[in-house]
Amino acid sequence: MSEFISPVLSYSLLSPILVVLAGAIIGVLIEAFASKSIRPIAQVSVSIGTLVLALVQIWLIRNSGSTNAAMKSVIIDGPGVLLQASILIISIIAVFLIADTENFAAAAGAIPGSPEERESIARGQQVTEVFPLTLFAVAGMLLFAVASDLITLFVALEVLSLPLYLMAGLSRRRRLLSQESALKYFLLGAFSSAFFLFGAAYLYGYSGSVTFAGIRTSVVGGSGNDVFLLIGIAFLSIGLLFKVGAVPFHAWSPDVYQGAPTPVTAFMAAATKVAAFGAMLRIYYTSFANAEWSWRPLITGIAIITMVFGSLVAIAQRDVKRMLAYSSIAHAGFLLTGVLALNKAGLDASIFYLFTYGIATVGAFAVVTLVRDSAGEVTDLNRWAGLGKRSPWVATSFAAFLLAFAGIPLTSGFIGKFSIFSAAYESGSKAVVIAGVLSSAIAAFFYIRVIVLMFFTDPLEDATSVVIPSILTRITLLFSVVVTIFLGVFPSPLLDFISNIAIFIR
Amino acid sequence: MNYLTLIMAIPLIGAALIAALPKSKSLLAKQFALGTTVIAAVATIAMTMKFARGNTSLQFVESYDWITSFGIKYAVGVDGIALVLILMTALLTPIVVLAGWNESEGGRWSTKTFYILILVLQTMSFGVFAATDVFLFYVFFEAMLVPVYFLIGGYGSGERAAAAVKFLLYSLFGGLLMLASIIALYVLSGEQGGHTFSIAALSQLEMSSTTQNLLFLGFFIAFAIKAPLFPFHTWLPDAAKSATPGTSVLLLGVLDKVGTFGMIRYCLALFPDATKTFTPLIITLSVISIVYGAFLAIGARDIKRLIAYTSISHFGFITLGIFAMTTQGHSGATLYMFNHGFSTAALFLVAGWMISRRGSSTIADFGGLQRVTPIMAWSFFIAGMSSLALPGLSSFVSEFLVLVGTFTRYPIAAVIATFGIVLAALYILIPVQRALHGPTTPGNENLSDLNLREKIAIAPVIAVIVVLGFYPAPALNIINPAAAHVVSQMGFTDPAPTHGGK
Repeated sequence: MSEFISPVLSYSLLSPILVVLAGAIIGVLIEAFASKSIRPIAQVSVSIGTLVLALVQIWLIRNSGSTNAAMKSVIIDGPGVLLQASILIISIIAVFLIADTENFAAAAGAIPGSPEERESIARGQQVTEVFPLTLFAVAGMLLFAVASDLITLFVALEVLSLPLYLMAGLSRRRRLLSQESALKYFLLGAFSSAFFLFGAAYLYGYSGSVTFAGIRTSVVGGSGNDVFLLIGIAFLSIGLLFKVGAVPFHAWSPDVYQGAPTPVTAFMAAATKVAAFGAMLRIYYTSFANAEWSWRPLITGIAIITMVFGSLVAIAQRDVKRMLAYSSIAHAGFLLTGVLALNKAGLDASIFYLFTYGIATVGAFAVVTLVRDSAGEVTDLNRWAGLGKRSPWVATSFAAFLLAFAGIPLTSGFIGKFSIFSAAYESGSKAVVIAGVLSSAIAAFFYIRVIVLMFFTDPLEDATSVVIPSILTRITLLFSVVVTIFLGVFPSPLLDFISNIAIFIR
Repeated sequence: MNYLTLIMAIPLIGAALIAALPKSKSLLAKQFALGTTVIAAVATIAMTMKFARGNTSLQFVESYDWITSFGIKYAVGVDGIALVLILMTALLTPIVVLAGWNESEGGRWSTKTFYILILVLQTMSFGVFAATDVFLFYVFFEAMLVPVYFLIGGYGSGERAAAAVKFLLYSLFGGLLMLASIIALYVLSGEQGGHTFSIAALSQLEMSSTTQNLLFLGFFIAFAIKAPLFPFHTWLPDAAKSATPGTSVLLLGVLDKVGTFGMIRYCLALFPDATKTFTPLIITLSVISIVYGAFLAIGARDIKRLIAYTSISHFGFITLGIFAMTTQGHSGATLYMFNHGFSTAALFLVAGWMISRRGSSTIADFGGLQRVTPIMAWSFFIAGMSSLALPGLSSFVSEFLVLVGTFTRYPIAAVIATFGIVLAALYILIPVQRALHGPTTPGNENLSDLNLREKIAIAPVIAVIVVLGFYPAPALNIINPAAAHVVSQMGFTDPAPTHGGK
């Protein structure tokens, strides 16, 4: 029995995570003690203030890498800082959307259709719990991207997932669909967590260590039992691939994207992807890099299936949120090529891609929150016909996001796609690049179809309209469009910044 | 002086000014657009004057870092081939604006938007011909699809949305294949001395013949879709039919030239060995295009589709000239691109006026226009004669050069292609006879002849057709050195004439 060692924590390096956690706890306290009337404004200010503060902290620590931030359980290094910053920026603009509480159930606990629910709506109740939940999820994501042992990684995974399960069920309209999606997300998520743990156990069995550095040492030494390693990598990957929504572990994502309140979908789609890919990049680039032979064929296959499947099935979608869900599956496939690249260029490209894709995704969902009729958001694509005529600016920005998803030059999506594919090609994964290019061509079809609907089709005579965006939503939209276009034309500063500091410390 | 950047900036500035105008001032928007395009044309003519004709290296070269981490530069420069295409673009755009003065009015969006799209398209067309960095070229190549897509879908007629989507998807598909090739080139350049996209550096890369063949195909299919060459041509008739006449002029006159220009600048320069491997196949496809396009044109009932089909046939000639790998063939092909721009412009513009007056684009609805609207009829006649390459008009020179250039190396292909000329006579003379001559058919009695604006628009086009027909030297002096340079770079020498010289 070894002696208890009191932990040494580097508070300054952990400060972004700690700040967000503190903000979340303040949020809970506000829920408990503040009067109902001031809760919404207090929560929004606390959330945004916290996230901005955390972002400032990250800026301050950007150059101080350390493997020892928390007893070798957390690594703060260039990629970690960049991923954390991406998560925070995406979260800030997503919180701007969440601030429009119109989208959330008046009383989350009330049974759909019950008198209790009607009463709470009549009283004008608002769910402000969503803000601390968001902050908890953000804290989990921040930790997920920098965790450097399997236990911390698992804790972070649960911290980020549990609030998301709840948030998915908070939709004000179509509540049954929302609750169903939350349950589905929870059950499948719990299932994948179990796989993850199982894999972690095998990796411990293989290497006798739960830290990434320890696993790496064993892999490099090659002394352990390869069967354990294979099983460990496979099950751990299942857990991670579930989070990023790769085929065949994607089944939850269309339902959850559709059922969750749209601002939550925006947050989840963008930020979770950054965190999950961040962790994946770290573990594959550091721990498993020398066991490339064992996972490369599998991940190659999954990447190809994911991008082709996502693009093909997206064509059949008639619901804008489901279409974006399948599009995000396809993008998960493209991002996996960055994992496969396993070189510096691949890492830089993945970080750039994650950031720009996240921003465009939040922007696209921001547009979805604006298209409504009297019963709430209109997600049926057919009813988006003629949007360009009714509100040219909203439709134009949506078109810009779609063009970025499709990877048309002069948008950030193109630079991302080019850099990630060229990195993968450089590493010899030519098949993936060809599959990627072909599925981009397929994907272009359904993005363009939406543009056709918005601009070249006459509006239906129904009550669909675009609501005037609130100031916060406007900021989100403007920011997303500007970033998407600017990084398409002048990506150099960001690319150079990423390439200068994105080096994994092992 | 940075001429190339200047002429690319002028339309953008014009577009920004138009964007600042209030929506109600549509006349002012048109005047601004015309003014901008005229200034761009004047600047381009000034640049052409400064061009050193005998010099085969790139001129007006500019190079600035753009995306340093990938070695991407904003690098532009022109040789004789690129210069004549830029000149053609610069001359055609003001004509299109003037000729289609009222085209924007039937559109989905405002007049302002129409001219902004046209001007942005002009900038991108200049860029695509001037780029000497493959990445920059690709950016222009793909980005220019967006304005064209909105021009067809927003201001066209009939099944405009479907035609726009078909155009875009075909082009995007080709573009993505090219992107895969570009990525491969980029990676290869990284392995052989540093990442770069400069055409000059990329043409020095060492590649296995399999790699070279695959990459060549990636580029070639993209360009063959753009050009368009049989069997990638099916989008063109729909797009040309649905677009406004002005947009069609830009589409067939300028955009499609990017395909044939790309074959010269990229396929030939980057993959000389693969070019040689695929030449027989491409010559065959060109000949099929010539004959097949001509037959389709003969059978066409719609006047805009007819012009589109004739273009397929003409693009067959251009591709034939390029891949014949002789100096005459190359000079002819480039001159053909230039001339085709003007004769297609004349055909489309006059056809557009005929269609808007008659309210129908079916050839059978016209008849006896010669008596009612003599000037319009004569303009169409001259444009048609240019299209069938009547001696004395500009297309004859280029078609003749292409055939001579091809005959020395591929006599059979040249002989079959010559039949294309006979077929051209059919597909032009049949509609000319039906629409212009004979008794005036009901519905055509009261058509008005060209007004002053339309006369001013068509006059320079016909002037170019006639002047270059009699005296092609000004254009050929620019083209010939560049064409000879391309052929010699490929390691070809012109075969000596086999008859008479012994």
